[in-house]
Amino acid sequence: MAHSGINVLFEGRNLIRLFGGLWTTVEIAAVALVLGLILGVVLGVLRTFPSRLLRFVLRLYLEFFRIIPTVVLLFLFYYILPKQMGVNLPANQVATLVFALWTAAEMSDIVRGALISVPKHQRESGMAIGLSRWQLYRYVLIPQAVSLELPATINLVTRVIKTTSLLMLISVMDVINVGQQVVEANNQKYPTGVFWVYGIIFVMYFVIDYPLSWWAKRMDKKRLERANG
Amino acid sequence: MSSWQIIQQSLPLFEKGFVLTLWLSLIGIIGSIIVGLICSLLKYFQVPVLGKIAAIYVEISRNTPLLVQLFFLYYAFPVFGFKLNAEMCGIVGLIFLGGSYMAEGFNGGFDGVSKTQVETGKAIGLSRLQLARYVVFPQGFTLSVPALAANMIFLIKETSIFTVIAIPELTNTALDLIGMYYRSNEYLFMLVVGYAIILIPLSIILTILEKRVRYGSFGN
Amino acid sequence: MAKEIVKVEHLEKFYQKRHVLHDINFSVNEGEVVALLGPSGSGKSTLIRCLNGLEPYQQGEVTFNGEKIVPTEKNWQKIRQKIGMVFQSYDLFPNLTVLDNILLGPVKVQHQSKEAATASAEKLLDQVGLREYENAYPRQLSGGQKQRIAIVRALALNPELMLFDEVTASLDPEMVRGVLNIISNLAQDSNMTMIVVTHEMNFAQQIADRVLFLEDGKILEQTKGSQFFEQPQTDRAKAFLDSMDF
Repeated sequence: MAHSGINVLFEGRNLIRLFGGLWTTVEIAAVALVLGLILGVVLGVLRTFPSRLLRFVLRLYLEFFRIIPTVVLLFLFYYILPKQMGVNLPANQVATLVFALWTAAEMSDIVRGALISVPKHQRESGMAIGLSRWQLYRYVLIPQAVSLELPATINLVTRVIKTTSLLMLISVMDVINVGQQVVEANNQKYPTGVFWVYGIIFVMYFVIDYPLSWWAKRMDKKRLERANG
Repeated sequence: MSSWQIIQQSLPLFEKGFVLTLWLSLIGIIGSIIVGLICSLLKYFQVPVLGKIAAIYVEISRNTPLLVQLFFLYYAFPVFGFKLNAEMCGIVGLIFLGGSYMAEGFNGGFDGVSKTQVETGKAIGLSRLQLARYVVFPQGFTLSVPALAANMIFLIKETSIFTVIAIPELTNTALDLIGMYYRSNEYLFMLVVGYAIILIPLSIILTILEKRVRYGSFGN
Repeated sequence: MAKEIVKVEHLEKFYQKRHVLHDINFSVNEGEVVALLGPSGSGKSTLIRCLNGLEPYQQGEVTFNGEKIVPTEKNWQKIRQKIGMVFQSYDLFPNLTVLDNILLGPVKVQHQSKEAATASAEKLLDQVGLREYENAYPRQLSGGQKQRIAIVRALALNPELMLFDEVTASLDPEMVRGVLNIISNLAQDSNMTMIVVTHEMNFAQQIADRVLFLEDGKILEQTKGSQFFEQPQTDRAKAFLDSMDF
């Protein structure tokens, strides 16, 4: 087994390159998540305000990002930003922007759902002690909404991380793109190398996502048990 | 050439892509529901060994991206002599992914049946199978409908990823045309319209279903 | 002459087409305890909620401390600091400790210093016998304890008027007494002005200076507390008292 496929990973700097690609992936996901979650909370709060026009516009925003597949969103921004708006961003920034806007849309729905499910009496008790609208959100509604929707938010995080696999489509040097290059460069020497390269990428995604979704599931289960007494 | 002419000329190609997207989605969704239901039943009845295997499959499938799953099927498996054409890879990949989502959808429905319903059933002496047959499944299926519908929309959107293994569905059609003629505005417009035609009606139906089930469950 | 704290004139309220409050007129003087009694669905809770702007009304005037209230959300927000309200479902904020629940209003709304507010909060907690729970979360308390804290939370703003909306209705019978005692003490020792919606007739008789009897959204009678329970003026009130097994 002189040329066992697994050795492709230890050939030269292959493994380091793969982890370098993973870092790019994680970086884009992290920045997009931070921006998207913050914007999403703001939009979610706005969506509980009485203004019909505001709610309609934000709903449209949500539905657009929800209905169009993320692949298509990526290409829309990738082609349209420079061509129609004259904005020339590197591909990884385009991707960060798209993921952040998409995260914000999904998050706004999570936050809105949580806010409107805080019991009406909580809102009234807050008003009864004279809290202003801002104080009501700041001290009563948002803290309760956040703990209510933590599992959904974590699940959204795992979705965003999985969606970063699409980065290669707009030629960002993410872990998959690096993987493809490694496979091509070593194909002669290690014909079964492809299995190991994609295998390790598979494992990388699993190792990042599994603990998160396990955590979210456990919280949901606990809540269900508590609700059932 | 005017935009309108560009669009007109591309129409037959987009129609083909549109039909293929629908067709692959349909097979994928049906397959996913079957796989998901089996996994969910294995879990519900706590079948030894198989239940564990199903649980492991669900976790692996849910926590890895479709694109990587497809690369595995399309590029890695042939090395070991297991070769499928691109479309088969797409379908198998979509079912592998969708099965776990559907399983979670069914699980959610079964878990959502209220404890008092289950206890009432036990109190009148129903066996485990009878309890499932007359109480948990009928109510659980209803409760899981919105999640299943949401999964369908999700899976249809995921078919756009098939473009990486060159299946000529909607997204691939548009990207190919852009590559050839550089008219990205027109082709992207067509692409968005294509998905909107499929997904807007479905998402309206989903909203209605969610409301129905929510009001329905107040009946208890 | 006693100072008039609240005055309600020609108040009318509709839910869409349904007329739920008809031409409500009454006033409450400083130190007075008014009980709102009446069958379920008579509009008692709706009325009391109108008095701190939680329910909008379509016509009429509410005067608080001699000042006519222009019913905008901003004005109500200011006035609510002077009106304490306690609800049936107590509704402590589950995300805050007992002490933080109490301090939220004084510190964030009235901008009292945290030290001063904490000192008076602890004094109030002592009075209701729950000082040891100040760092507990609401979920660790019983219903009766939560309701006592909710009363303290309202009192912490130094209100000039307290509104109690069926505060014992969702409590276990053995918890009711403790909560009612706090309210009676408040009436007798602190001379607090209050409006109380309740189904506890014994309690109402014990504390009410005056009773407003409501049915179908109308005030059918306004009688002195002692008199109402002995000799109600209307047949409807008589029937009501009989039905309450009083």
